[in-house]
Amino acid sequence: MPFQVSSQITNEVAKFTLSGELDASSSDIFRMEIEKIAAQKPTRLVLLVKDLSFMASAGLRVLIFAKQKLGTDVPIYVVSAQEPVLDTLQKTGFHQSVHIVSEYSDPI
Amino acid sequence: MPDERIDYYPTHEYQGFKLRRGHPIPFGATLVPNGVNFSIFSSSSTSCTLVLFEKRAPDPMVEIPFPSEFRIGNVYCMMVFDLDVENIEYGYRMDGPWDPVAGHRFDKSKVLCDPYAKAVGGREVWLQTPDWNNSYQYRARLAFEDFDWEEDRPLEIPIEDLVFYEMHVRSFTRHPSSGVKHPGTFAAVREKIPYLKELGINCLELMPIFEFDEWENNRRHPESGEVLVNYWGYSTLGFFAPKAGYAATGKLGMQVDELKALIKDLHRHGIEVILDVVFNHTAEGDHRGPTISFRGIDNKTYYMLTPDGYYFNFSGCGNTLNCNHPVVRSVVLDCLRYWASEYHVDGFRFDLASILGRDPVGYPLPNPPLLETLAHDPILGKCKLIAEAWDAGGLYQVGSFPAYGRWAEWNGKYRDSVRKFLRSDPGQIGELSQRIQGSPDLYFRRGPTASINFVTCHDGFSLSDLFSYNYKHNEANGENNNDGANDNYSWNSGWEGETDKPEIMSLRRRQIKNALTILLLSQGVPMVLMGDEVGRTQNGNNNAYCHDGEMNWLDWTLLERNADLLRYARLLIHFRHAHPVLRNRHHFQHRDYVSSGYPDISFHGTQSWNCDWSFYSRVFAFLLCGKHAKQGSMADDFVYAAMNMYWETLSFHPPSLPEGMRWHVSANTGMSPPEDIYEIGQEPALRDQANFLLGPRAIMVLVGR
Repeated sequence: MPFQVSSQITNEVAKFTLSGELDASSSDIFRMEIEKIAAQKPTRLVLLVKDLSFMASAGLRVLIFAKQKLGTDVPIYVVSAQEPVLDTLQKTGFHQSVHIVSEYSDPI
Repeated sequence: MPDERIDYYPTHEYQGFKLRRGHPIPFGATLVPNGVNFSIFSSSSTSCTLVLFEKRAPDPMVEIPFPSEFRIGNVYCMMVFDLDVENIEYGYRMDGPWDPVAGHRFDKSKVLCDPYAKAVGGREVWLQTPDWNNSYQYRARLAFEDFDWEEDRPLEIPIEDLVFYEMHVRSFTRHPSSGVKHPGTFAAVREKIPYLKELGINCLELMPIFEFDEWENNRRHPESGEVLVNYWGYSTLGFFAPKAGYAATGKLGMQVDELKALIKDLHRHGIEVILDVVFNHTAEGDHRGPTISFRGIDNKTYYMLTPDGYYFNFSGCGNTLNCNHPVVRSVVLDCLRYWASEYHVDGFRFDLASILGRDPVGYPLPNPPLLETLAHDPILGKCKLIAEAWDAGGLYQVGSFPAYGRWAEWNGKYRDSVRKFLRSDPGQIGELSQRIQGSPDLYFRRGPTASINFVTCHDGFSLSDLFSYNYKHNEANGENNNDGANDNYSWNSGWEGETDKPEIMSLRRRQIKNALTILLLSQGVPMVLMGDEVGRTQNGNNNAYCHDGEMNWLDWTLLERNADLLRYARLLIHFRHAHPVLRNRHHFQHRDYVSSGYPDISFHGTQSWNCDWSFYSRVFAFLLCGKHAKQGSMADDFVYAAMNMYWETLSFHPPSLPEGMRWHVSANTGMSPPEDIYEIGQEPALRDQANFLLGPRAIMVLVGR
């Protein structure tokens, strides 16, 4: 399944919906989307990844890029990750740098 | 938006690939804006070609000769732009003379792995059968330096406060009983950090984790049919690359991230990481070995060669890296700097380090440039540097390794002395008294922190086997039991190997506790071998380098089956942490310099203040005055240890304590659990403050407070 990403920013919360396989061939698309949103200075990043089936090293690199681009003050939420994606985040320790949650609600 | 800096703008083109003259420094493949800078040294080649592959492809996608104007001195350097850096592998072809007598072994038919490769493909999954037909087996890859370290940095714990734990990454969790998600990997070690933390160790010394080929010299045992492999990994392929097969994510190319995540997490739990590094030889072996990298790049520079062009073999592994050649010295230095800065490792243990002090024809140097350089390097300034101070060519430098005020040593004499004392050899008391003080006879000017104390390590018997076997039993290695050390100073406690005789089993357990007690109570830096805390056995094999199986794997059911040993080890390690008087940075002065009424250390026998130094003595006791802890800078209890290696019970009279203080029993290996050792603060008072009986081959530890 090809990688797809869409994004929106509301009340300074940037939400990305990712699906398919995030690998070297698709990571540039995601990275450009991150850069586009980062310019609007969100205070929170939410990645809705329920339909993301796989993440390769290149995908991880973009997540690291997002964290470093937005700064440590901007929390990143990874929502409803499938087991292979979650496993990759855990094995590489990146789960400690983001919030892994099964559901997400906007702050009141 | 691509970076269009003029100094990163293509000036050349080759078959559609945009190029520019590169930077000679740093060596290796380095990401630059819009491209990759490739740089490699070779002094005797006539030309060099960069070979680019798509990841795992058998054939190159392009071979780009370095234009002559891209060669600066002896360095070929070139930038290649617009590469898909996640999906390429690279290597080099070097052309030059094939003249072994002159030291040249160029062969342009070979694609050579970059010595500076930050990741290596080809062995990403442990023991997965490689494609033997692939002409490029070990494939250089790029790695990213974007890991999210947050606030992490090397811990810089004073070395005297460390308790080392020597670990083989795969062996630690590969056993099915480990219960981890990805057995045998860096990720799995991370899962087991709570165990390490509870045990109390605060320094992991990892057996080689640089990329190696587990298939190297693989063979089947002639009788059992077992596949024997290069399990321990003391044969480096890539000095800058982590072992991909140790990473659960190796097949995804994330081994760098996984190892860094482990180190970061260990640091978070207060545990340092020391890497066991092998710079004495490489995986290329002797003249019959494969051409992987150095041999084809600049054989004469990288290896010590005999006058007729063969390889000196001070490593016992076929070749010897020419470490005191300035170029090779730089490789070693660059490598260590890379691991210290990019991976945040806390130090290094150098395998067969005495080789690093030999000149290019093998003679020991009085002032080895490499060792001096490492000692004074600014980036390595806080790293622990530890030498295995001997080599396979007969150079033995325990106590005399060129230290430059920095180097510590694996103290092989400590190991032998403690072993001899424990098996009741006569004539050991004098030497033992030196060893438990941090070996001032060996390290008078260097202090006890120069001494990494150990009773067992990966080479030799496990602690359980040390008291179960008189002889090595290495038949499973397929070398007719000729391999492995013969001078083990072991004692089988009355029966060779496994037994169900309760008195022998009991004695062996006691001896394990005795060994751990001496180790954890000695000045210097203790190192515990993985699994010794739970009585791991190798069934008498003292050289298990080739076994990917139960012989090496830690059986986690031992934690329950030998719970008393684990409890003893855990409480003993915590005892060491609780008592700074055991962790002095400087040698004892054998005098009272804090007006306590006691010298910092004193020696005793069955009678206080009367140590029996005679040849047939098997009794030794010492008293540490708590007021002298850390040279009088910290307050501590008095600690007294009485060791009875006679085969009969003896009566001991401990020294009197200052007014108002009493002796309490911390440990007595002659007692059955739970009275063999007590939690800190729970130690019962010694019933008769002036006298106690100590059973045969047992040790009593008292604290005075």
